[in-house]
Amino acid sequence: MKMNKNSIGREIPEKIGKLKLSPFEGAFAHTPLVRQDKGNRRLPRLNKLVDTIEQAVLKSELKDGMTISFHHHFRAGDYVLNMVMDVISNLGIKDITLASSSLTTVHDELIPHIKKGTVTHIITSGMRGKLAEFISAGHMEEPVLFHSHGGRARAVEEGEIKIDVAFLGVPSCDVYGNANGYTGPSACGSLGYAKVDAKYADKVVLLTDYLAEYPNTPFSIDQDMVDYIVKVDAVGDPEKISTGATRITRNPRDLLIAQNAADFIAASPYFEDGFSLQTGSGGASLATTRYLTEYMEARNIKASWALGGITGQIVKMHEAGLIKKLLDVQSFDREAIRSIGENRLHTEIDASYYANPLNKGCAVNKLNVVILSALEIDLDFNVNVLTGSDGVIMGASGGHSDTAVGSGLSVIVAPLIRGRTSTVTKRALSVVTPGESVDVFVSDRGIAINPRRKDLIEHFCDVRLPFHTMEELLDKAERLVGRPDPIEFTDKVVGLIEYRDGTIIDVVRQVKGLE
Amino acid sequence: MKIIKTGMAGSLESSDVLITVDSNTGKGRNISLESTVKRQYGKQILKVVEHTLDLLEISDVTVRLEDKGALDCTIRSRLEAAVYRAAGSETYPWESLT
Repeated sequence: MKMNKNSIGREIPEKIGKLKLSPFEGAFAHTPLVRQDKGNRRLPRLNKLVDTIEQAVLKSELKDGMTISFHHHFRAGDYVLNMVMDVISNLGIKDITLASSSLTTVHDELIPHIKKGTVTHIITSGMRGKLAEFISAGHMEEPVLFHSHGGRARAVEEGEIKIDVAFLGVPSCDVYGNANGYTGPSACGSLGYAKVDAKYADKVVLLTDYLAEYPNTPFSIDQDMVDYIVKVDAVGDPEKISTGATRITRNPRDLLIAQNAADFIAASPYFEDGFSLQTGSGGASLATTRYLTEYMEARNIKASWALGGITGQIVKMHEAGLIKKLLDVQSFDREAIRSIGENRLHTEIDASYYANPLNKGCAVNKLNVVILSALEIDLDFNVNVLTGSDGVIMGASGGHSDTAVGSGLSVIVAPLIRGRTSTVTKRALSVVTPGESVDVFVSDRGIAINPRRKDLIEHFCDVRLPFHTMEELLDKAERLVGRPDPIEFTDKVVGLIEYRDGTIIDVVRQVKGLE
Repeated sequence: MKIIKTGMAGSLESSDVLITVDSNTGKGRNISLESTVKRQYGKQILKVVEHTLDLLEISDVTVRLEDKGALDCTIRSRLEAAVYRAAGSETYPWESLT
């Protein structure tokens, strides 16, 4: 047997059977991140801090053509994306693929970076404001790829989106990179979307305005995933990151929709002790939860868990004992942020756990009831949550298609008409969620069950609620608003709408005559 | 009916329309439209305006509409009110139009 002497003089066999052995070469030889100066107590504590965003970008070795990512937990209060993009642009880096979990109105500042060629591809859940108009007007060469939250997690895990550098704003972290979302002045609650990026990106740069003492426990992003940390003045505007407790709407139309939705859900076979639910943060959705609470109390029904975007209202139900546990990928308001920080049964989950269709089990699959919104729903129950009635991009795919298909009962709530626009259309301008995953549409002027759900139609045949077919609802709407002229589009594709499995469910075209 | 001054009716609330009517003596109808739903309903709105002006027998007029998604019935009533105000009319023969 051939032997090798290792660095402490022991004889180590070169091979054992087929296994080749590497002899020890010293305590520091193969672990470059271990401090080499053991015993020197005057050296600064081991940390990953760099002074500026520019240094972090340079150290991350970001190059032309690479993919960078951000999260949207700071919502309309986000400073991070614009700060980092300005630095990248000033460094003259080009042809970047921007893969943000979503984009909001504050990201209009991306327009000059697109014009300059700094950003040439965008992958996002949605966009609004001037940026969305800019894209709809056809000013970007490559189409924007719109994904669902679950679809993005899948794409990142499968390597379809390969993130070279993730720039993740965090409300607090320590010098070694343990970060969470509920400590510090810019608290945003769950870091569910950021967690996926931290795990799969090649390089991870954290930006924070609150350096916590080591170790910053409990942490959502672990130190072993983090390369560099930059302390900035502010990662966002707290006023816009989260709002105070959302009050229940007093809009009578929203209340009517909510009453119809709660009546329907309470009469459905899904409303039983131990059920699970997800609600949105829109007026009608919040009010539905309120009315549902009354039914739960009256019939002594408790939910076993709630998923999603957690709101203060869901927290209130949890604290009242009506919902046992909360799974939170994104905390919508201050109450939810407070709760996730102090309540053990309010658990942070990442976007993959939430909705990735190809992992070994995502939470939406176990959901009983989901309440969702719609900009448009058509005669085939296809739902559009991305483009407005004028064809211009103004929304986000979000978890819509994920929860619709995963849940037992997907309830779409929306007014039948908004201003002069009918929510029910013959054919939705763009489809995010396919009708085959949508179970019922509840409006102020009637409820339509998807004819595919024969079991539900049978179940409700003796229940007195304002049931109509979708065709009847369309007719009702058109008698009020008239029949719109079709929106004119050019042939240019400005957006690809990806279904959660990675296939393309629809495309968004350039709106004709839009500046 | 003759337009003698500026008449306004309506508001900029959602589902309403703000209509301003002015004289345009001897120069026909001058209608301008801004609307949140111009792409879908622009033609229909102008049709309603022309038709209402026909019924009111107004041939020379400037009409400016700032529409926030008003229904036809709203546009018709706001226009009638604005025209009557612009004509200094004391009586409002509402029913004769419908």
